[in-house]
Amino acid sequence: MNNSAYFIVLVALIGGALRVSTPFMFVALGECLTEKSGRVNLGLEGTLVLGAMSGYAISYHSGSPWLGVLAAGCAGSVLGAMHGYICKLPRVNDIAVGIAMMLFGTGVAFFFGKPYIQPSAPRLGSFSLGAWTGNQEIATALQINPLLIVGIIVGVVMAWAFANTKWGLIVRMTGDSAASARAMGVSVDLVRFLCTTAGGFLAGIGGAFLSLYYPGSWNQGLSSGQGLMAVALVIFARWSPIRCVIAALLFGAAGAIGPALQSVGITQGYYFFNAAPYILTLFIMIASAGSKRAARDVPGELSITK
Amino acid sequence: MSLLTFDRRTFLKASAASVLATGSMARMAQAAEAIIGIVYVGPRDDFGWNQAHAVAAKALKSLPGVKVVEEENVPETDACSKAMESMINLDGANIILGTSFGYFDPFMIDLAKKYAKVEFRHAAPLWNKDKHPMNLGSYFGYLNQAHYVDGVAAGLSTKSNKLGFVAAKPIASVLSNINSFMLGAKSTNPNAAVQVIFTGDWSLPVREAEATNALVDAGNDVITCHVDGPKVVIETAEKRGVKTCGHNASQAPLAPKGFITGAEYKWITIYKGYAADLSGGKKLPNMVSGGYEADMVQNTPFGAGADDAARKAATAAIAGLKAKKPIYVGPLKDNKGNVVISKTYDNLDPFLDQMNYLLDGVQGSIT
Amino acid sequence: MADIAQPLPTAAIASNQWNDLSIRIRRGAEYVVIPLLALAISGFLFSLLLLALGKSPIEFFELVERGGFGTAFSLQNTLQRSSPLILTALCVALPARIGLVIIGGEGALVLGGFASAVVAIPLVLGKVSPLLTLCIMGVAGMLIGAIWIGIVGYLRYARGVNETISSLLMTYIGIAIMNFFVEGSLRDLTNPNKPSTMPIGDKYMVGNIPGTEVHWGLIAGIVLSIGLYILLSRTTFGFAVRVAGGNPRAALAQGLPVGKLIVICCAIAGACAGLAGFFEVAAIQGRANASLAAGYGYTGILVAFLARHNPLAIIPVAILFGGIVASGGLIERRMGLPDATVLVLQGLTFVVLLMSETLYGRFKIFQVRGTADRT
Repeated sequence: MNNSAYFIVLVALIGGALRVSTPFMFVALGECLTEKSGRVNLGLEGTLVLGAMSGYAISYHSGSPWLGVLAAGCAGSVLGAMHGYICKLPRVNDIAVGIAMMLFGTGVAFFFGKPYIQPSAPRLGSFSLGAWTGNQEIATALQINPLLIVGIIVGVVMAWAFANTKWGLIVRMTGDSAASARAMGVSVDLVRFLCTTAGGFLAGIGGAFLSLYYPGSWNQGLSSGQGLMAVALVIFARWSPIRCVIAALLFGAAGAIGPALQSVGITQGYYFFNAAPYILTLFIMIASAGSKRAARDVPGELSITK
Repeated sequence: MSLLTFDRRTFLKASAASVLATGSMARMAQAAEAIIGIVYVGPRDDFGWNQAHAVAAKALKSLPGVKVVEEENVPETDACSKAMESMINLDGANIILGTSFGYFDPFMIDLAKKYAKVEFRHAAPLWNKDKHPMNLGSYFGYLNQAHYVDGVAAGLSTKSNKLGFVAAKPIASVLSNINSFMLGAKSTNPNAAVQVIFTGDWSLPVREAEATNALVDAGNDVITCHVDGPKVVIETAEKRGVKTCGHNASQAPLAPKGFITGAEYKWITIYKGYAADLSGGKKLPNMVSGGYEADMVQNTPFGAGADDAARKAATAAIAGLKAKKPIYVGPLKDNKGNVVISKTYDNLDPFLDQMNYLLDGVQGSIT
Repeated sequence: MADIAQPLPTAAIASNQWNDLSIRIRRGAEYVVIPLLALAISGFLFSLLLLALGKSPIEFFELVERGGFGTAFSLQNTLQRSSPLILTALCVALPARIGLVIIGGEGALVLGGFASAVVAIPLVLGKVSPLLTLCIMGVAGMLIGAIWIGIVGYLRYARGVNETISSLLMTYIGIAIMNFFVEGSLRDLTNPNKPSTMPIGDKYMVGNIPGTEVHWGLIAGIVLSIGLYILLSRTTFGFAVRVAGGNPRAALAQGLPVGKLIVICCAIAGACAGLAGFFEVAAIQGRANASLAAGYGYTGILVAFLARHNPLAIIPVAILFGGIVASGGLIERRMGLPDATVLVLQGLTFVVLLMSETLYGRFKIFQVRGTADRT
């Protein structure tokens, strides 16, 4: 690859990181919150799709994409609340419920979303950080949607809140040791329920990003497992919101590798480049697992690591 | 979790003449009510492949004495033979139309042997008189002719001389579309070059958007595609301010500023022919295919992105194709330097359906 | 509790045996009645949805009955659809008994089918006998599947890598591997428009069970279910697995080779999914291509959880699912409902059935005084 090709790929990776990462970021932050409180929600894939559909539908009907984003968050919180409520019942396996909610959410989204595949809804805008460079490619790559900024802010606030506020402490305690939390008078079920609902809200917004900004269209093939990938992201970000944000950016960049390389002429083996995010995640998980740091960071009550 | 993937494509392998090969024209017993079962591999409103069929099917429904039952999102597994059998056994269908490539072998072949009284037709040129039962048949349109016309117009609409193509999988009909697009562009603009990016599957919205952005970043200012639902590609290209050509169905409303024209199937010609045969009690022909000369493909009406020169050239190209002017004029090399087309081939020649190369003038590779 | 020091008279013994049986029936009934109740509730909720849409629930259930079980055709359709589900459900159920949640059956199925198709190429070209060829293909499929999921188990034991996520990632990677080869070096060049491996030909395909239209994969699934049930409930190995699944630390303390048990369970699970892939190739498609990834692995997850990871229960649950899917097409055509309807019904059923887990042990009628309450 010559220099300009390196440049093109780099620009594409940065652009990918900024564009593609946002849904991952929101779902990962939502799942991070849920898992910090000691519950796993694998159903966020369904929440993502339902958020995408409801965001698109409300934007279409109301003419305001931001209203769509809000609606998507609400739809996501409904699914999150369902998950939270069902998992509260004794002896219910939360991983199984997550898979069920994934199916249910996806089914409901496709079922009610049929009339919205054809029409065009108003989309979210963006602003470009790179407009001053005068270079069209850089300007496009550095196009940022406000939701990305929102996501990063949410991540920072969450990290600060976990460490410094009473609520953060309560959530962490519920996740680390339910018995201690109860001893303090905290209702473990309520905390987990609220965290799962809030997690669903964030995931719904992530879905709205997909349908209202990038790729900016609603149809049945919109999500390709992004919700599930985001759950993986949380694990190898070791449950830290800041690391979730960074991991999401990394993932977005990895997703852009395939098409970027083809565009500069490296056209062989594109299946593997397209699978790069998954291979990357797997290797990072293997490398970071079993390490003492990971064992320390796990919320003690989390069922997937017990 | 609905991580379902599908694929199919049209293709030619018949040794019989490629247009209207029929057996005897035996009359059907009675011109009984025709119950047509149509099976789609994806959703009917995907702005693409399935929609093109659904639109034609809708026209069928309005004909008297014809009832249509449809099922969508049927994958190319035994699910499709069960869906078709269900239509035969429970709905009483006497004609089955399978619209996805992978339905034919072994599913429709086995079903045709099992249900001798039901007519099966498949949207890919795979039927072979010597190998397959007579109640089975094929139909399709040579979309690459319409892509050629797209190229003709695109060649005159580009300033950078770089045209981008977002393709799903490197199968023969996709490759033929890419090659024809390039040849059309070169016919009006010898400096034009086509760059192709393969996404790997028929419907991957995020990757299609990424590919479109990558192509535009690399300097391509006209974008076209061959994916199942071109909506994402066209909208993303329009947002970037480049021109577009459509595919499968009309995406003109999605790109009010940059749309040039698009390659569309005209299944209605074939379906209306079947319906007419049915109501006249005639046996359906086993092999129906063609391009412009048989009115089985069309180009979307020109959009704002097409200037007068492009429109004129495209219209002339259509007239040429209707008069059977050949697209693949040999000798032609592939993009690795080997001569792959040594002489000039008629547009419907079976040799072209074995295409597994990208011609010189297209940047990209198959695996 | 009564003093049972002295032996009971024979009449009392006989009545005790009768008591035992009725106790067993009452407690066993719990496992049948509650799921049925859950199905009834989910059916009711779904009917409300239909009514809200202006559709008739009665027509819906009639069509489910007709399309899934009502005619000979429908019944065989259902059975055919359930065969891969039984095998992929076993791929989830067995590791679940040792405490792992593995959802990578789809990847094992795809790679297993791919492996079968690939080893078939030299055998078919060399005109080896069909029976031998199919055996070798089946073994190849099972072997590759076993390795694929075995890796997941090993990573979990040796490095603590979460098996749910890693098995999912392996699925994506497996499908990419299959696509790469099927579209590249192993592509059958006589079939330019649908990249596949070389077809094995009609002579080599697995046929149907005589007198039916269902292929032998169904029998394979049933046999494996029964076999694994016996393995789990009646052998030492199975006992060790259940102990390790209940409490890994206690198992380790007891000296059980938990790591080996995990890997073996995963290998067997992967072999089941790989066998499903073999049947998809040898009985349905005749070659390996992208259609192998048809989602059977994912549906198998549901089946396993609904059957509470009991291999025997997997059979009726798989048939139920097969019936829902089989009738889906008819429902779509007759009622004008989108095909996502089936997804909603499946999801709803799944959710309600999972919620019903909480009802176990709550109903007095199933509890017998003086007997221990099994969890």
